[in-house]
Amino acid sequence: MARVRTGVRVVGAVLAAVLGASLAGCSSTGGKRAEERAKAAAAGRPAVSTPRWTFAMVTHAGDGDTFWDIVQKGAKEAAAKDNINFVYAHDDQAQQQAQFVQNAIDQKVDGIVVSLAKPEALKDVLAKAVKAGIPVITVNSGSAQSAEYGALTHIGQDEEIAGEAVGTELNKRGRKKAVCVLHEQGNVGHEQRCAGAKKTFSGTMENLYVEGTNMPSVQAALQAKLQADPSVDAILTLGAPFAPTAVKAKDAAGSKAEVDTFDLNDSVARDLKSGALGFAVDQQPYLQGYEAIDLLWLYRYNANVLGGGRPVLTGPQIVTAAEAAKLEEYIKRGTR
Amino acid sequence: MSTARPADGLDERLAPTSVLRKLLGRPELGSVVGAAAVFIFFSIVAPSFLQASSLSTILYSASTIGIMAAPVALLMIGGEFDLSAGVMVTTSALVSSMFSYQMTANVWVGVGVSLLVTLAIGFFNGFMLTRTKLPSFIITLGTFLMLTGLNLGFTKLITGTVSTKTIADMEGFASARALFASQWNIGSVTLKVTILWWFAIVAVATWILLRTRAGNWIFAVGGGADAARATGVPVVKTRIGLYMGVALCAWISGQHILFSFDVVQSGEGVGNEFLYIIAAVIGGCLMTGGYGSAIGSAVGAFIFGMTSNGIVYAQWNPDWFKFFLGAMLLLATLLNAWVRKRAEATK
Repeated sequence: MARVRTGVRVVGAVLAAVLGASLAGCSSTGGKRAEERAKAAAAGRPAVSTPRWTFAMVTHAGDGDTFWDIVQKGAKEAAAKDNINFVYAHDDQAQQQAQFVQNAIDQKVDGIVVSLAKPEALKDVLAKAVKAGIPVITVNSGSAQSAEYGALTHIGQDEEIAGEAVGTELNKRGRKKAVCVLHEQGNVGHEQRCAGAKKTFSGTMENLYVEGTNMPSVQAALQAKLQADPSVDAILTLGAPFAPTAVKAKDAAGSKAEVDTFDLNDSVARDLKSGALGFAVDQQPYLQGYEAIDLLWLYRYNANVLGGGRPVLTGPQIVTAAEAAKLEEYIKRGTR
Repeated sequence: MSTARPADGLDERLAPTSVLRKLLGRPELGSVVGAAAVFIFFSIVAPSFLQASSLSTILYSASTIGIMAAPVALLMIGGEFDLSAGVMVTTSALVSSMFSYQMTANVWVGVGVSLLVTLAIGFFNGFMLTRTKLPSFIITLGTFLMLTGLNLGFTKLITGTVSTKTIADMEGFASARALFASQWNIGSVTLKVTILWWFAIVAVATWILLRTRAGNWIFAVGGGADAARATGVPVVKTRIGLYMGVALCAWISGQHILFSFDVVQSGEGVGNEFLYIIAAVIGGCLMTGGYGSAIGSAVGAFIFGMTSNGIVYAQWNPDWFKFFLGAMLLLATLLNAWVRKRAEATK
């Protein structure tokens, strides 16, 4: 019995100590509170008096993808403003994506936003949507097929052009040998980015395929690559979450390569400021989601179409240490 | 032995059983109850679920899983697994498309070559299993990883990208499309040909299981391979045949994907093997082998189709999609097991 009682006492003492420490030890920087302060700026009330239309968004995002989370946020905030009932579905398998578009048609939605990473798979089902009189806007990938499949507009970044911008920037920085890290097998957009960078880069560039859903294996593969080839002086990752991993791999392999990346997140902003990363190429995902919903609303409300039959570009935007400081609070808020 | 003997003095095992009793003893009974429960649930929570067009979408979705779930169910009754079934579908589509394109051959040539290649993979699985005596889980896990790599490596090597080039403008495409990926529009309803394929495959699988000698062999091998061998069942032949059956249906699925989407992505199909296994298990197959049915796998696939689309029609937050899917499947399987227990208790 006595032993049980001491046990209870010890547990009680530990709990009290933890509680006390958490009350007394407030952090004056960062954390949830800073996030809430930043969030207070973005309120969500309809600013229009149009009927409550339903718009569906179907993307090729995998589960838990940071980039698509920001796109979704932009779409949601536009939907709140435009009095839209916003429905979202995503799957990285083309067949399932086509299925979701079919689901949206079955539900007789008033507009569809779709990403065309695997365009041919969605050709038939988009034709059905157009036939049913549902306006379609494509986002992020598929600018070449967008008009052909009957979409009003395409909003996104031309991956080839973005890649070319990277190649030019690498030349400016005097790099000679680069590795392009592809984390999503089967994504044509990623292939185009690396191809574009290769085109304008005056040094040599190799592709390295890694398993994006498994971070430790990404690090191991990169480390192995850098150990095998010490002459690599630039690493290009195609997604923000992979940049810090590339930095870790570089340090572990004792390589002097500069890490550059596509897309932003808060650790990328931090590493840009500290100089651990060279530059980032942003395509403003928030804008892709926001504009897609807003343009659908404009089309339903006023039959407006933006872009004059050409894609509306949201990137590339090269972000270096100078801009990173300003963007950091927006990134923390989850809108950049 | 305390059973009441039939009046005519026959052995009680030969006594006629009522139709109801026969129904209660079927492996798929529980899954039918589960399917009804899922159907009623989504009819209530999702307003657009009950439209004819939605139901045809659900049937199509179920057929894409069901075509593979039937042979996988047979394989599981035979006591084995196939983890390579998901990527094998992609392999079959890739071979078809790339062979036709590179050889500039009639599309049907590619389709034929793909059939041979896919059957060879199935044969390899079965042959390795019977030769090495390793568990099928390990053998097909190896095949799964090798095929995943081959899909990407070969596609990249041959086409220079991660997806195949279009073959829609080649000879034979239209007729192949009619066979594997045609659809009929009846008003707002679209019926896809895969639904017919699915029904046909389930019918054939059921006939094999219940009406042929091979069906008895499958049950015997799954129930106990040594005992089966002792009674003269060709164990090796049966197992290899089962794996080739899975390969045959993977070929049908793969051709459907190719001819409905025209371009094949090399990285797809990973993870689908579990959906086939889940559909078979919901349909009453035991993980240990020796028990199950092909019709059950069709009901399991239908439950999967209803759940995965119903969640979308109900407009639930997609972040929770996988959670709901898993919970639904678990509940359906539990209900299924419970019903089976009740049914066996009344025998």
